[in-house]
Amino acid sequence: MTNARLLPLFATIAIFMLALVICFIQFPNMFSTRVLGNLLTDNAYLGIVAVGMTVVILAGGIDLSVGSVIAFSGVFIAVVLRDTGLHPMVVFAMLLAITTAFGAAMGGLVHALVMPGFIVTLAGMFLARGAAYMLSIDSVPIQHEFYDVLQSYILLPGRGRLTLIGITMLVVFVIGMLIVHKTRFGTAVYAFGGGEATARLMGVRQGRVTVMIYAFSGFMAGLSGIVFSIYTGSGYSLATVGTELTAIAAVVIGGTLLTGGAGYMFGTFIGVLTMGLIQVYIVFDGTLSSWWTKIVIGALVLAFILLQKALLHLARRGNEVAYA
Amino acid sequence: MIFPVLRRVAPQLITLFALIVLITLIFPSFLNLSLVDGRLVGPLVDAAKRSAPVALLAVGMTLVIATKGIDLSVGAIIAICGASAAWAVGAGYGLGPALLIALSAGIACGLWNGVLVAIVGIQPFVATLILMTAGRGIAQLITEGRILTFTDPGFAWIGSGTLLGLPVPVWLWFSTAVLMALILRRTALGMLIEAVGINRRASALSGVNARVLLIAVYAVAGFCAALAGLVVTADIRGADANNAGLWLELDAILAVVIGGNSLLGGRFSIAASVIGALIIQTINAGILLAGFPPEYNLVIKAALVVVILVVQSPSLGGHFAFLRTALLSRREARHAPQTEEPKP
Amino acid sequence: MLLTVKNLSKSFLGSRALDAVDFDLAAGEVHALLGENGAGKSTLIKCLTGAYHRDAGTIALEGEAIDPRSTSQAQDLGIGTVYQEVNLLPNLTVAQNLTFGREPTRFGLIDARARTRLAREMLDGYGLDIDVNRDLGAYSVAIQQIVAIARAVSLSGKVLILDEPTASLDAREVEMLFKVVRDLRDRGLGIVFISHFLDQVFTISDRITVLRNGRRIVTEDTARIDRVKLIEHMLGHALESEVEARAGAAAPEKGGRPIAFSFRNIGRQGVIEPFDLDIHEGEVVGLAGLLGSGRTESAELLYGIRTAQTGEARDANGPINIRNPRAAIAAGFGFAPEDRKTDGIVADLTIRENIVLALQASKGWMRPIPRAEQNRLADEYIEKLDIRTTGREKLIGELSGGNQQKVILARWLAMNPRFLILDEPTRGIDVGAHAEIVRLIRALNEKGMSLLVISSELEELIAVSDRIIVVRDRRHVAELAGDQMTTDTIVRAIAAPDANPEEAA
Repeated sequence: MTNARLLPLFATIAIFMLALVICFIQFPNMFSTRVLGNLLTDNAYLGIVAVGMTVVILAGGIDLSVGSVIAFSGVFIAVVLRDTGLHPMVVFAMLLAITTAFGAAMGGLVHALVMPGFIVTLAGMFLARGAAYMLSIDSVPIQHEFYDVLQSYILLPGRGRLTLIGITMLVVFVIGMLIVHKTRFGTAVYAFGGGEATARLMGVRQGRVTVMIYAFSGFMAGLSGIVFSIYTGSGYSLATVGTELTAIAAVVIGGTLLTGGAGYMFGTFIGVLTMGLIQVYIVFDGTLSSWWTKIVIGALVLAFILLQKALLHLARRGNEVAYA
Repeated sequence: MIFPVLRRVAPQLITLFALIVLITLIFPSFLNLSLVDGRLVGPLVDAAKRSAPVALLAVGMTLVIATKGIDLSVGAIIAICGASAAWAVGAGYGLGPALLIALSAGIACGLWNGVLVAIVGIQPFVATLILMTAGRGIAQLITEGRILTFTDPGFAWIGSGTLLGLPVPVWLWFSTAVLMALILRRTALGMLIEAVGINRRASALSGVNARVLLIAVYAVAGFCAALAGLVVTADIRGADANNAGLWLELDAILAVVIGGNSLLGGRFSIAASVIGALIIQTINAGILLAGFPPEYNLVIKAALVVVILVVQSPSLGGHFAFLRTALLSRREARHAPQTEEPKP
Repeated sequence: MLLTVKNLSKSFLGSRALDAVDFDLAAGEVHALLGENGAGKSTLIKCLTGAYHRDAGTIALEGEAIDPRSTSQAQDLGIGTVYQEVNLLPNLTVAQNLTFGREPTRFGLIDARARTRLAREMLDGYGLDIDVNRDLGAYSVAIQQIVAIARAVSLSGKVLILDEPTASLDAREVEMLFKVVRDLRDRGLGIVFISHFLDQVFTISDRITVLRNGRRIVTEDTARIDRVKLIEHMLGHALESEVEARAGAAAPEKGGRPIAFSFRNIGRQGVIEPFDLDIHEGEVVGLAGLLGSGRTESAELLYGIRTAQTGEARDANGPINIRNPRAAIAAGFGFAPEDRKTDGIVADLTIRENIVLALQASKGWMRPIPRAEQNRLADEYIEKLDIRTTGREKLIGELSGGNQQKVILARWLAMNPRFLILDEPTRGIDVGAHAEIVRLIRALNEKGMSLLVISSELEELIAVSDRIIVVRDRRHVAELAGDQMTTDTIVRAIAAPDANPEEAA
């Protein structure tokens, strides 16, 4: 075992492979470019928001507001497009500015109040959902010719569709990996999750990093909202209820330690795909009901939390024996 | 005995009273009460009835938060218990066994959380997140994805019946809160829970069985969630695994913090939390009366949470504590000569 | 002088942690800083590294007055620190830790190859041959310490403060670390070395400064200082006026009394070597030793805070269970811990509740102690122990240290235990309360309670104990009774060079 930190990632990949094998044995025709293309398209919004969530969790925080922010984004885009003549790209820019500032404000509160992130973002969850309601309670369809462009796709051999939003998710994951593993901010994120006090001793500016972490998550939630509005072609304030939990689950199943400090962006990508695969499997099976998805995901989350706990325990015992 | 309790809940009572006065000033009909067929009806009674789920959850959540924990799964437990009760009634087990099954399911869920927190040693918020994720799936498994409706009049009575002129849910939250408060304060449980929440290590060194207490507290939270699940299900005469109890965990946490209980554990007051639940419901009622869409609730609740967090914050709390000690010492200084005079 | 500290003072809430302390450090020397808990070592270090701000006094680095306001400011000035608990992040790689905050970047992204190169350069000369791209946590504590030193030296480069760096190292690792320290000294760094392992201090240091109760007691060349003298400086020798000597004739021979508790072969690997201990009825056994010697650990095993791996405990009726504190309490034990704040008081509960806590816990929640009884108990002990408070309903967190300690004592006295363990009962307590607690220990003893008292104040320990056991290097090394119980013999027993060469460094 070269790096104990890698073990959960291996477990993640192993589970994904296992899921693939099971799917392949039962439904050999599942592996068409069509299904794979849809896997990317259907999970694009989840993947993007999970990138933000990974950063927050790696830093030892949590962001419960993202599901509501996605819904708010959809409604905001739909309402502004309906009521004004603004170009969607302008609306997107406005929206991303709003959600990023919203995230930054939550980060600022977390830092200033010395309160756990889940409480502050819980308030954010109410606020964003309430704001969405205030804009519109009904589902607002988006009818803008530019959306036809956004909903375009590349036809793959075998009638699969690689959609723009699917590509967006892949690009976001690549950017996420670069940020987490290749920037000073990313190193600070890991340092933060490893131990706030130590990170401060090493010169991390706590307030700035906290604000940046939640702002990043807010930005990704906004981007996810844009993708979701493209995916559904509408904005609905009751949409994506509980998406924050799904995103957290994807991060945990991706092998990231829920208490922070250890994990990989790539793991989250596999985690999102695994969850997508479970859903595809249930659809293909036809007899299984959709709620099994929730139960299986819950069981996987539990398994990963226990795995991480066991690893931590082993590492501590190893140390005690070694330096006794 | 009554006096310190009153002093503890005074801020919450005053807030509630002020809210009622405010709403009445704008909508005098708010205080309308009339006796129809032997039962009281009016906006106030309605608000008290609608408070039931959150008030019930707040009782359990108060204890969990007193131990420095949090229970995010209570909404999912509501769905599970509502589904089990509706299923059991539908399957012809009779009302008694159905209630028993639902309450047992709630306690079992609570025990599960408690074991993860106290024995496996997972942080409360992470441990209860598991059931929060999987719980609705389990509830859907029971209802098979449908909304399980039932016609049992006995079960429906729990949600919409009347007892001695008041709606049954009101009796339910009131008696649960009183009973729980009595159990906690007439036995040593309350103090031991507070001790564990304030300093688990020191309590354990003094011989307090912190593990068992923690498990018990989560089990109580599960039990309260089961009661809330019964009320919610009976009220609409059907179990909706998707929407029953949705976001109620957040309302329950909010009720507890409005009740002045610290999220960092320690001293708690069940009465204050329940009044917190009433405050939330009164705000809801006021917004409805004002003709705003109920959606404004969420924004107001969010603003409330932020205000309370600012007041409770340890970093800013320093200033408050300083103010308090400054005030106290001034008061003591004023009192000092008086207390010393009678001595000689 | 590289670093000169003059008249440094620092108070916390009225109690003086540092009282006009002078300290200096030359370039190219290792200066050891010694003292028991509460002596002021860590306060001095924190004033130097900017974690605290001094109340009075001056600090000069290379002749220029400095005023560090934060650790990073101190670092920039040239003062780097390595703490006992490794102050790097185990979940980052060695290279990430070393280069943290100044990673080489290309086009805004971290250049991993350049980072690896930089990290290797920083480790050059430390004699480490490790893969800098593995997690720091994968390496031993010794290597982590050296990595931390490498980072501190490259960031600061003038003064290096090592705060108990060897606490969890074995002999070979200590040697490895000392080689690094000597190399750095020869390169002209000034090194402040803090450790409670005297052997190590004598091995590595050029000069020694001893602090006690916030004052500097002595600064001397290591070559010219005597071990016994040094320990006397640390523990204090002069009879302090408030502790009266034991009334000589009053101590009857207690060895003749029946044995109340008998512990055989109690031990735990890496914590304390197996020891035997018999406690007679109404006897006070003292446990003497330096900080980290295993004195607190002995008590923790007896009270079940840590489970003993070997051995058994018996009382007159046969074996007793001490696997956890609740079992020990059921067997009639009580324990007043050293760290009152984290292990003793429940700060937000009242004095009354703190006093009845253990009694209530042992009765179980179903049988609440009636409020009248609680009030009676609280009032009784507030009066008996002279707890200074405005009333029994005051929060214990608002009391002074001495009064908090009295409440903890009251908590156990209310249980009427057969065997009470007091770990540093007088630490951090003002002089008046100090004497009262000593008197109280005697009074308990006269009522027939057996006590185990741990203290670094030898005079006080001699005054209260019938017998004293000396602990050194995680072993019980000597037992002194009667006329042998003098500060002199105790200090000699503590100072005796280590018989076990394995552990000496």
